[in-house]
Amino acid sequence: MDLSLRIGHLTLANPLIAASGCFGYGVEYSDVVDLASLGGVAVKGLFLNEREGHAPPRIVETPSGMLNAIGLQGIGVHRFIAERLPELRQRHATVIVNICGTTLDEYVEVARILSDAEGVAALELNISCPNIKEGGITFGCSLPGTHAVVSAVRKVTTLPVIPKLTPNVTDVASFARAAEEAGADAVSLVNTFLAMAIDVHTRRPKLSNIVGGLSGPAIRPIAVRMVYECRRVVKIPIIGMGGIATSDDVLEFMIAGANAVQVGTMNFVDPFIWTKLMDGIRGYMDTHSLTRLQDVVGTVDTTARQTAWISS
Amino acid sequence: MPVDVDAAVVTNRRLPGDYNVIAFDAAAIAGSARPGQFVMIKTSRGLDPLLRRPFSIFELLRDRNGVPTGISIFNKQVGAGTSMLAEIEPGARLQILGPLGRPFEPVGPPAAAWMIAGGVGLAPFVTLAEALAARRTRSRLFYGARRAEELHCIELFESLGVEIVLATEDGTRGAHGRITVPLEAALRERPLGEPVKLYVCGPTPMMRACGALSYTHGRACDVSLEQVMGCGLGGCYSCVVPARSRDGGPPHHTRTCIDGPVFDAQRVVWESVSAH
Repeated sequence: MDLSLRIGHLTLANPLIAASGCFGYGVEYSDVVDLASLGGVAVKGLFLNEREGHAPPRIVETPSGMLNAIGLQGIGVHRFIAERLPELRQRHATVIVNICGTTLDEYVEVARILSDAEGVAALELNISCPNIKEGGITFGCSLPGTHAVVSAVRKVTTLPVIPKLTPNVTDVASFARAAEEAGADAVSLVNTFLAMAIDVHTRRPKLSNIVGGLSGPAIRPIAVRMVYECRRVVKIPIIGMGGIATSDDVLEFMIAGANAVQVGTMNFVDPFIWTKLMDGIRGYMDTHSLTRLQDVVGTVDTTARQTAWISS
Repeated sequence: MPVDVDAAVVTNRRLPGDYNVIAFDAAAIAGSARPGQFVMIKTSRGLDPLLRRPFSIFELLRDRNGVPTGISIFNKQVGAGTSMLAEIEPGARLQILGPLGRPFEPVGPPAAAWMIAGGVGLAPFVTLAEALAARRTRSRLFYGARRAEELHCIELFESLGVEIVLATEDGTRGAHGRITVPLEAALRERPLGEPVKLYVCGPTPMMRACGALSYTHGRACDVSLEQVMGCGLGGCYSCVVPARSRDGGPPHHTRTCIDGPVFDAQRVVWESVSAH
């Protein structure tokens, strides 16, 4: 069975990637997950410098989902390279570094520093975090902004460049196309949906940041639809995500058009989810006599189910 | 190394004041648990509630030969997850991930250990009391609740030789008022030449007050913090508290799950800790 896929010149052994922001810097999970067995590990978003993030409360549960407003707390790119990357390399993780910036120059600087570091497999550009005011999503919500960040980073690195797209726009597919035109090797989608929850007794927002990003199974059908829309307009690989909880969910995203997937929120619920997903995918390939998993990508059959009987 | 156990409920003992004690078959967790560690429990089989909940390991259950067979938790109904746990019946199975977190470090003689518990904050102290008894450390439990009916499981501590000091806010048992009143009196009485370490778990204002008392009286004080947790493994960064580094550096948002739940009280920036 061949579960592998390519993103630019990078080969991933399988399509299961730990989602950025949901897996620490990877090393936190080394006791419970064989990091080398994952297709990739997308580490927590990194700016040039350390950040404290937002005050708690930072998460709140919602029906089949959760809101978060962590605020990209992080150790900065230099401490990451010195303190976390060596262990990730030693454990043979395929490291995808999620990079952030408040300015175009910061994205470029962080990308340049990581390109010189040993053991980084790809760069995911966070242009979609809904929880910080400056930079980031302002690039991700504008087509010229998306094009500018991707092409600027493209110029300074030979690593695969994967912009992570926000769903908080009218037409995600046009952003995928802008990213492809700017030289992206793949796109990942979706980041979280901007959302809000209020305590009716205190009349206060449940998050200190007032608003946060919705993730989890609650968003899955919207994310699947967005992957499907992007698949129709770009040729580059798509990494799909949004509430994946079972191997059927992985396959749903792939059939909609994703070449790989990321799992985030459900990894909180079950940190041992990865072997279950892998077993389920292999079982599906057996049942459907598939030798190459990539053969299911974008195979959703949208032909009419039956002959139309309603005459217009 | 934490494991995820599909654990059967053995007993669910309901107690007054919306408390209950649930015993689970979970030998793999019990075998490696250390005092004050916690577990993450999925309170339903489905997606509602979605996330696991953190619980201190209350008791380590053993068979007749002393071999660990499971754990219990001390539950108080406060929301959807804890209410489901209040109703759970023997035979039901839940996913339990653990043991997790930085444990208490039990002091040894000649130092004494004082445990200060408020309400459901009693939860991490049975395992600590056992570890202290094993080291022959003299220990005392200061335990406060709103009223007499909400003081639970004192016999577990008595059987380990722990001296008991009680307080209730309505005065129905023990000292009238907060537990910090008898604690402060005991701190005043204790000669400086007799070392004692404080271990605290309870509502945030109580822990803050105990931290201040321990500082005033020059005694070491560890607190066990509870924050809203997403994963319990350090992945989500939701359970942070502002804490100074161990060498006294400036405060940073520090994860309760893997850098705690046990912290030196003097590291915590109490005025910025969300109370609940």
